[in-house]
Amino acid sequence: MATFFGEVVTVYSRAVDEDDDDEETLDEDEEDAQIRKELEEKREVCLHWSPEVCDALKSGDKLTCSHFILAVGHNASRFLSVYVLTSEKWDTVGHASVWNERSRAGSDEQSECIFYRHRDEPSVVICQLTCYVAEDQQFQWAEKVLDCLQHKDLHVTVLSDSPMADYKSADYLCGSSAPFLRSLHTTTFNGPPVCRALEQPNILSGLPAAVLNHCQVHRISAVVYRCFSDVNGADSVTMEAFKPALAKLRHSIKLDACPSSDALRKIVRTRDPQSNLYI
Amino acid sequence: MFITSQNSPPVFKDLTLVMPAVAVGNVGQLAVDLLISTLSLPRVGYLHTDCVIPMAGNNPYATGQDDAGELHTASEVYAAPELKLAVLQIRSPVVKSKSRRFRQLLLSWIKASGFSRTLVLSSSHAYQRDDQQLRGTPFRYLVTPSLLRSSGDAFKELGWRELERLPLCLGRLDAGADETKLAIPGGGITKGLYTDSCREDVPLAVLLLFCSEGDNVPDALSLVSHLDDWLHLLDDASREVKWKIPTSWNLLFGSGIPPAIF
Repeated sequence: MATFFGEVVTVYSRAVDEDDDDEETLDEDEEDAQIRKELEEKREVCLHWSPEVCDALKSGDKLTCSHFILAVGHNASRFLSVYVLTSEKWDTVGHASVWNERSRAGSDEQSECIFYRHRDEPSVVICQLTCYVAEDQQFQWAEKVLDCLQHKDLHVTVLSDSPMADYKSADYLCGSSAPFLRSLHTTTFNGPPVCRALEQPNILSGLPAAVLNHCQVHRISAVVYRCFSDVNGADSVTMEAFKPALAKLRHSIKLDACPSSDALRKIVRTRDPQSNLYI
Repeated sequence: MFITSQNSPPVFKDLTLVMPAVAVGNVGQLAVDLLISTLSLPRVGYLHTDCVIPMAGNNPYATGQDDAGELHTASEVYAAPELKLAVLQIRSPVVKSKSRRFRQLLLSWIKASGFSRTLVLSSSHAYQRDDQQLRGTPFRYLVTPSLLRSSGDAFKELGWRELERLPLCLGRLDAGADETKLAIPGGGITKGLYTDSCREDVPLAVLLLFCSEGDNVPDALSLVSHLDDWLHLLDDASREVKWKIPTSWNLLFGSGIPPAIF
C-alpha cells in the first residue's frame, strides 16, 4: 500500500490466498523442491551443548534442572547480565543457533542464545536470548530446549519485554506508570505471581508464548513476566523492573543489589541514530 | 496434536465439531468465540501443533476476577456432550508453509475422534464475488457428499444457498465453457479442507459469509445465528437474550484516549 507521501507500507492481512499452497506444489520442479528442503533444514533450531552435557543427554539422562530462567529481549537479557551473571559464578553450558530471514551474515550466532548453569547449584539454568526467532521456529525452539530438561519439579520463569504501545487498557496510561510488569502462568504454577495478571485483551506472542504453551500442555509450572516499557532500547530503569520477578528465587540466585555503574554503562550503550527521522 | 487438559481423555464420538477457518476478518473465529462464551463451554484439551503460530493469554471468556487468570493457548478444544457439541477454537494464523500439513493433521484427528459431522465457519473476500454471488444474502454453504446423504433435507428446509462455482475460464464459448471451479478467496484452509474431506469421505459442511476486513462483529453474529438456525443450540428463552460477547472483545479499537486532548 502506498501512502500519501509515496512510501510503501506493508499491510498485514489475515486473509490468506488459499491457492498459494496448491500453486506452489504444482509449479514446483525438482530444483525448487531441493531449494525448499535445504531452506527448511537451514531453519532448524540447533542446540550445541558442552561435551559434559552432551554425554549426559546421549546416555538418556536429561539435564537436572529445578529452575529454568529464560530472558527474551534486550532489556530482559541485559537485566540478567547486570544483576545476575556478574554477581555469581556461572558456567556456559551451551548455545542455540537459529537461522532465519533476519539473521545477518557475520553476526555472532554463538552469543545470541546462551545457556548458563550455576556452578554451586547446578539445577539452576539460565538462557539469555537476544536474536529473533521466527514464527515457524518458536514451537520447535521451545520443544527442543525443554525436552533437554528434566520435567519433574521444574519451574520455568520467562522474562520478556515489550513496548508500552502494545499494551491495551481502557484507561489512558501516562508515561509515569511505565515500566510495569504483568504476568501469565500455567495452571500448574503454584503461589501467587509477583505482579498483576496480564489483562485481556492483551495477549502474549512470540517465543515466551511458545514456551508457556509447551509448559501448559505438558503440565510444567511456568510463569512469564512481561515488562512494558516506554523507552525504545535498553535502559537501567526497565531492567530494574524485572527485580521482583526473581525475588522468589533469592535462595538460589543472588541479585546484585547495586550493580556498578561501569557494568550498567557497558550494557546501556548510547544508541546510534539508526534512522534519520530525528537528527 | 490433541492433548487433554483433564484427568481422563474426553469422548468425542458422535459429537458435532464446530471449528473456524482463519480467514478474512476472522469471522469464523469470532463466531466460535460467541458460541463458547454464550454456552459457557468447558475446555477439554489443546491442539498442540507447530502449524499454528504460538500465542497465549489469560481467560478470554472471564466472567470475574476469579477465573481471569486462567491460561489459554493458540488452539483449544471445548466440549459439551449434553449438547452433542465440540468446538475447536484457533486463535492465531496457520504458519504459511505448514497449511497443508495442518489440514492433514486436522482431518486425521477428526476421523480418529469419531465426530458425527464437522462444521467449518469461514469467510471469503466480498470484493471477489461474481455476478450471481452478489445477489441476495452474503451467506453460503458447502457440503461434502458424505454429509449430504445424512442431512440433505436440512439445507432445503433452511433455505440456504450453496456456494456457486465460478467458470474456470471467463469468456470461453467452446466446449470448455461449462467447466467450473470452486474458489474461496481469502478463506485460508477452507477450500483445501473441503476438497480433502470430499476425497476422504468425511462428513463436513462449510458455512461462510462474504465480507471485508473491518469491524466484523456483525458478520460473526450473523454467521453464528445461521449456525444456530440449523443446530438449535440456544433454547427459545435464551435466543431472546442473544449471544454473549466475551470480555476479550473489549478495546477492539485500541486503548483509552488521553483526557488531555479535550
